[in-house]
Amino acid sequence: MTVDNFFQNAISEWMRGDGPHSDIVISSRIRLARNLKNHPFPLLYTNTESNAVIEEVKSSISQEQIKRIGSFTFIPLEDLTLLQKKVLVEKHLISLHLANESRKGAVAISENESISIMVNEEDHIRIQCLYPGLQIYDAWKIANEIDNIFEQKLDYAFDEKRGYLTSCPTNVGTGIRASVMLHLSALVLTGQINRIIPAITQVGLTVRGIYGEGSEALGNLFQISNQITLGQTEEDIIENLHGVVNQIIEHERQSRKNLIQESRVQMEDRVGRAFGILSYARNIDSKEAMERLSDLRLGIDLQLIKGISASVINELMVMIQQGFLQQYAGGELNVEERDVRRATIIREGLSSLQKE
Amino acid sequence: MLCENCGVRPATLHFTKIINDKKTEFHLCEQCAKEKGEMMGDNDGFDSFSFHHLLSGLLNFDQVVNNDHSLKEEKEAIRCKTCGLTFSQFKKSGKFGCSDCYHYFEPHLEPIFRRIHGNTQHSGKVPLRSGKKIKQKKELNTLRTQLQQKITSEEFEEAAKIRDQIKELERKLSERRG
Repeated sequence: MTVDNFFQNAISEWMRGDGPHSDIVISSRIRLARNLKNHPFPLLYTNTESNAVIEEVKSSISQEQIKRIGSFTFIPLEDLTLLQKKVLVEKHLISLHLANESRKGAVAISENESISIMVNEEDHIRIQCLYPGLQIYDAWKIANEIDNIFEQKLDYAFDEKRGYLTSCPTNVGTGIRASVMLHLSALVLTGQINRIIPAITQVGLTVRGIYGEGSEALGNLFQISNQITLGQTEEDIIENLHGVVNQIIEHERQSRKNLIQESRVQMEDRVGRAFGILSYARNIDSKEAMERLSDLRLGIDLQLIKGISASVINELMVMIQQGFLQQYAGGELNVEERDVRRATIIREGLSSLQKE
Repeated sequence: MLCENCGVRPATLHFTKIINDKKTEFHLCEQCAKEKGEMMGDNDGFDSFSFHHLLSGLLNFDQVVNNDHSLKEEKEAIRCKTCGLTFSQFKKSGKFGCSDCYHYFEPHLEPIFRRIHGNTQHSGKVPLRSGKKIKQKKELNTLRTQLQQKITSEEFEEAAKIRDQIKELERKLSERRG
């Protein structure tokens, strides 16, 4: 297993798998923030301290019990190029924060890329588990297991009253962030999303774009996650999220049904146009590409278009991102070059399918 | 100066936004500004406010309410003895410097946690190994208080029993450490 694999494939092995509700739910994620006692948080690090923490985490990853969960590759971020870091962000394997402040950071990624352990991000350790579809409980189970194994060796900063102590007060307590990525194109099309988002935020959850904090909801992809980490148990937090997500899935399904029943021609037109543009465009920016891919994906899920699998669309959505595009091209590209390249990748991706 | 967003291209656009008397400066390259511009237009500018801006707003909440300056200055000057971070620095960055900051800033954290989480007391997972130690330490403290009570009430036989229990626990705790 070489490090190169992480940068060559747009779609992680884990994403090829099918999960429950995968027509609407792209992925489920659990992230645990943990810190070590007796070390300042990465914000106030010296190089000696960052190395000490990296060594401690490295040795806990090499434990037999961890090897049974997965085979991990440990990558110091300073060994990566700017583009490689971007690719890892686009594949959700590292956070933007780790990529930007990478001087002292490292990441351990499991072979199928469903588990990544970030070191010296905002917190010393961030354990992240990704699963396809709605499998938030399974993701928690694995993250919890890794956490328990780590704790046998590592002295965590934990306080009876405040729980796991984190660099940012928004993560203190359980240190958990559970999130689910949803493709809500029918709710966006019908405008219902504007009613749903404020409702979600009232029950202690937040809605963000695909690349986390401050990012736009490109391609009708929304990330819903818990906001509260202190005062609730992990199970309560996950159950709350799960319950709300299930309701949203119901709404999206109902909207899709209504769209098909009431405006079948318009939907066929929309999907057909998206397919046409994506199949023949020679120059396309990322926003338009994401919108059309979202339409196409909806068309596949509504069975208006046959012969293309939804996972191909997932793959294309990552492949056309800035970092991946340039990594694939083998170097930096300017805006126009990227738009041309993006159109080519999509065209080739779609046409290769039709021949099969 | 490089673009704040991509960190690659030079920042060519500089602008200041004021929302609710809060001033934020942006330095972006043309492309990122274009991308961001769409975002701002679409969402009334709220998305461009990162969560941390909102957070430091939360942390500074009491500045408006609390006009007692001497009290405020005293509070700002509190310093974490382990990492040296002051409370005022914490409020600015919204980040603690080390796990001991929680201890040194403790008297001022309750309202912050309540505002963020609506709760102040952890009720989730407890680490398996060090959690055992916490439990034993708690037990030790209760036993010590009991010992004092027994001595004051001159129940020496009972006190001796408790003393032995304390010794046993202390031995266990130091073993684990070694």
